[in-house]
Amino acid sequence: MNNLFQNTHYHNRKNSILQRLHLDLTLLLLLIGLSSLGILILMSSGYEDMGLLQRQATRLGVAFFAMFMVAQIPPHILKILAPWLFFLGTLLLLGVLLFGDMGKGAQRWLDLGFFRFQPSELLKLATPMMVAWYFAERRLPPSAKHIFIVTLFIAIPTILIAKQPDLGTAILIACSGLAVLFLAGISWKIIIGVTAGAAAMTPVLWNFLKEYQQQRVLTFLSPEEDPLGAGYHIIQSKIAIGSGGLYGKGWMNGSQARLEFLPESSTDFIFAVFSEEFGLIGCIGLLLIYLFIFIRSIYIATQAQDTFSRLLAGSLSLTFFIYLFVNVGMVSGILPVVGVPLPLVSYGGTSMVTLLIGFGILMSIHTHRKLLSS
Amino acid sequence: MKTSFDLKSAAQENQLFLSRSITLIVFVFLLFFSLIARLAYLQIETHEKYANLAQNNRVKLSVISPIRGLIYDTKGRVLAENIPSYSLELIPEQIKDIGATIKQLSDLLPISEREIKSFKRQRKQQKRFASIPLRNRLNETEVALFAAKRHLFPGVDIQANPLRHYPFPELTSHVVGYVAAINEEELKRIDPVNYRGSRFIGKTGVEKTFEHELHGSVGYQQTENTAQGRSIKVLTYAPPLSGNNLTLNIDIALQKTAYDALGDYTGAIVAVDTQTGAVRALVSKPGFDSNLFSQGIDHVSYDALQKSSKRPMFNRVLRGQYPPGSTLKPFLALAGLDYGVIKPAQRVMCPGFYQLPKHSHKYRDWKKSGHGLTDIHDSIVQSCDVYYYTLAHELEIDRMHHFLSRFGFGKRTGIDLNDEASGLLPSREWKKRTRQKSWYPGETLIAGIGQGFNLTTPLQLAHATAVLANKGSAFRPSLVAKIDDTLSPIKPTLAIELNKDAHWETIINAMSDVVNSARGTARLISKGAAYKIAGKTGTAQVFSIKQDEEYDEENVREHLKDHALFIAYAPVKEPQLAIAVIVENGGHGGSVAAPIARAIFDHYIKTSP
Repeated sequence: MNNLFQNTHYHNRKNSILQRLHLDLTLLLLLIGLSSLGILILMSSGYEDMGLLQRQATRLGVAFFAMFMVAQIPPHILKILAPWLFFLGTLLLLGVLLFGDMGKGAQRWLDLGFFRFQPSELLKLATPMMVAWYFAERRLPPSAKHIFIVTLFIAIPTILIAKQPDLGTAILIACSGLAVLFLAGISWKIIIGVTAGAAAMTPVLWNFLKEYQQQRVLTFLSPEEDPLGAGYHIIQSKIAIGSGGLYGKGWMNGSQARLEFLPESSTDFIFAVFSEEFGLIGCIGLLLIYLFIFIRSIYIATQAQDTFSRLLAGSLSLTFFIYLFVNVGMVSGILPVVGVPLPLVSYGGTSMVTLLIGFGILMSIHTHRKLLSS
Repeated sequence: MKTSFDLKSAAQENQLFLSRSITLIVFVFLLFFSLIARLAYLQIETHEKYANLAQNNRVKLSVISPIRGLIYDTKGRVLAENIPSYSLELIPEQIKDIGATIKQLSDLLPISEREIKSFKRQRKQQKRFASIPLRNRLNETEVALFAAKRHLFPGVDIQANPLRHYPFPELTSHVVGYVAAINEEELKRIDPVNYRGSRFIGKTGVEKTFEHELHGSVGYQQTENTAQGRSIKVLTYAPPLSGNNLTLNIDIALQKTAYDALGDYTGAIVAVDTQTGAVRALVSKPGFDSNLFSQGIDHVSYDALQKSSKRPMFNRVLRGQYPPGSTLKPFLALAGLDYGVIKPAQRVMCPGFYQLPKHSHKYRDWKKSGHGLTDIHDSIVQSCDVYYYTLAHELEIDRMHHFLSRFGFGKRTGIDLNDEASGLLPSREWKKRTRQKSWYPGETLIAGIGQGFNLTTPLQLAHATAVLANKGSAFRPSLVAKIDDTLSPIKPTLAIELNKDAHWETIINAMSDVVNSARGTARLISKGAAYKIAGKTGTAQVFSIKQDEEYDEENVREHLKDHALFIAYAPVKEPQLAIAVIVENGGHGGSVAAPIARAIFDHYIKTSP
């Protein structure tokens, strides 16, 4: 822990190569460690498919490069970009709704001819940036009027993405925006009031959900009702985790995944594969890595020098852990299955790039601080 | 001023942010520990349950059904075999659009609505990766047709399943019997483990009686399987044990001779080897196509078989109970001699009818003018009824019952086949028990000519004839000669000792003259025979002729005509084969039933060493 909270001595900064590259060593090591572990799990869950591993490694390379590039951009430039990125992302979301490709029954992709792109990924970053930008020049804690405006900034992309429908991403984006609102100091009265109101509104929200989303919630509540249909995922996933026991079955020895009982074992359900093979001990270790990353990130937030950086860094830290919580929660059966990957481990490209760009922003915030005058 | 305010405000904001960050850290720790708690619950608290479930997922136990034993005739010709049957099967999981696939398949092969319905029903009951038959019994052309286009149909394939096949379906339908799909009643009776892979079970005949021998023992293997049901490796393997092959005593060529000899008549024929009890022919006609059942008979064909007035499904040899008529006379004559009621030379006057003392009722002889003075020899040769009215009156029913039961009348012969009927040998005690009435003397007279309450199965008649041929000693009729290489034991029946052995000769001489004398009722069949046959004709009334009424053969409807009976054995000196023939509504035993027996003897005595 000491290592994580280690105070960088300012007089060292100029000398450090990493500092000049605008990289944070602690975060970098944790992220590299986590994604390497991800490759190992993918080897087992993907049945040693070398092509799959190669693609994942390439994506990781691209994502780390993107992280590095973003880390070079100073926070005040990011602040200037924030509203533009947000409006561009919102426009693209509308474009997806009107012209998007259907992928797996949901409109998420925008085909720009030369490459396919998910605007919702952009908004994962642009939304907290926008909210942080809005609060940057205003007095905090925010007034009711500002809270209302910010709520609109959060609600627009959330609703547009929920309509695609991509409930998982919508939840993450709402979380990232609300995290900024929380860190900006929105009063506890409002938080409690809105939470109570939302609870009362649940039946209305229920009708707003698409049928397959309702089905997922129902299945979550009682997966045994439909063991071969919608409940199959969650039952098989719990079997995988539970049968892992304390020490696990060993790497490449998880029968649930290797015999194809576990669906989506390389993507959303990869945590079940890990649990089966490495047991509770391994799970605690893996979750600790995530926790350390979160702690290092929130530490960076507290060290940030301006409101925009602080709020954005805090939001990115929390969203990262929420990502993990939703994924592990759904795989282990305490949350409904909403389609959120395990960050930096699940097979798949776009979310990984977005996540690492987020960490690039954190590194930029941490390494572009000005020397304090004595 | 402004700067100080900003500085103150900035410090406040900083403070606020720090406190909110700490709240967030606490919140994240809560989430972290709730995840750990959940994982600990799954991986430690309920680990055993999920470990079992994973094991069940992984290991699949599949049964391997044993191969059913074959059935041969006495000369090694196959009577029941297993042939591959090709069925077109679909694995729903591997097919994108089942409706379209079925449509394309039905363009290629004829597939009926009924088959599609049955497929859809089975699909609901089976797992996604199970192979479900869409069409059964593809012929070779259809197999070839599909094979050529198989690459167009992923998830569709042809499976070969063993199917029971009977090369002589009509001939053996009442001996070998048939197998068909296991029904619910049988499910309760059978060992569910041993029958896990079996679809068929013996329903009648040898297939049913020897089900246990024929079925064999189930094998199994445990394989590690994927979720799609693909097996990765075999963990344990216990091979199935094939059923035992059976060799029957039946000679299928002789069986065919007998079957053909019946012509268009319905009836029953049994031929028993007098030296062993081996049943060489067992014919109940009409038979039916037993292959229909193993292939899965449809309702229309089944109803047709059930409703046919000729009752093809009815095993006449085992379950047909006929009045023995005059074929009972040799046995009664023997009773008379043994009890000393009559002497061989003693003669009885036959005026064409018989009257009980002090009764006016006339018991008629078949010959209206009567036979005149008749001794025991002539009573058999010419089948004089009056002689037997007299004899029965003297013997009385108790002694008749006792003596005839020693020949096996009224009880099952114990043949190695299920569902044998016991026939009926009436007695005072029987009548009291079943009808709550006392025995009338007139009923004794009727019993004396094998009518009235008397009922015998063709098998009982054949067996009794064998006993007579062997002068008291005989063997239980048996169908199965060998189970695999183990010979079935020959079981002698309780030997009959008479007071005088000469009585046998008296009766046998008379029976020989039934065939071989110029006045015998079956003299027709002696012509050109290289050996001597001893026999007795019989005619069994299907309905009773009223007092003073003539039996008008011409005007009696076909199904009310008398049954023609004939019992015989040959050669007289060294008996080999005893036969009972019953031709339903055939009329006279001598003219219709006896020639059938002759054809069988000719075949048998010519071909046996």
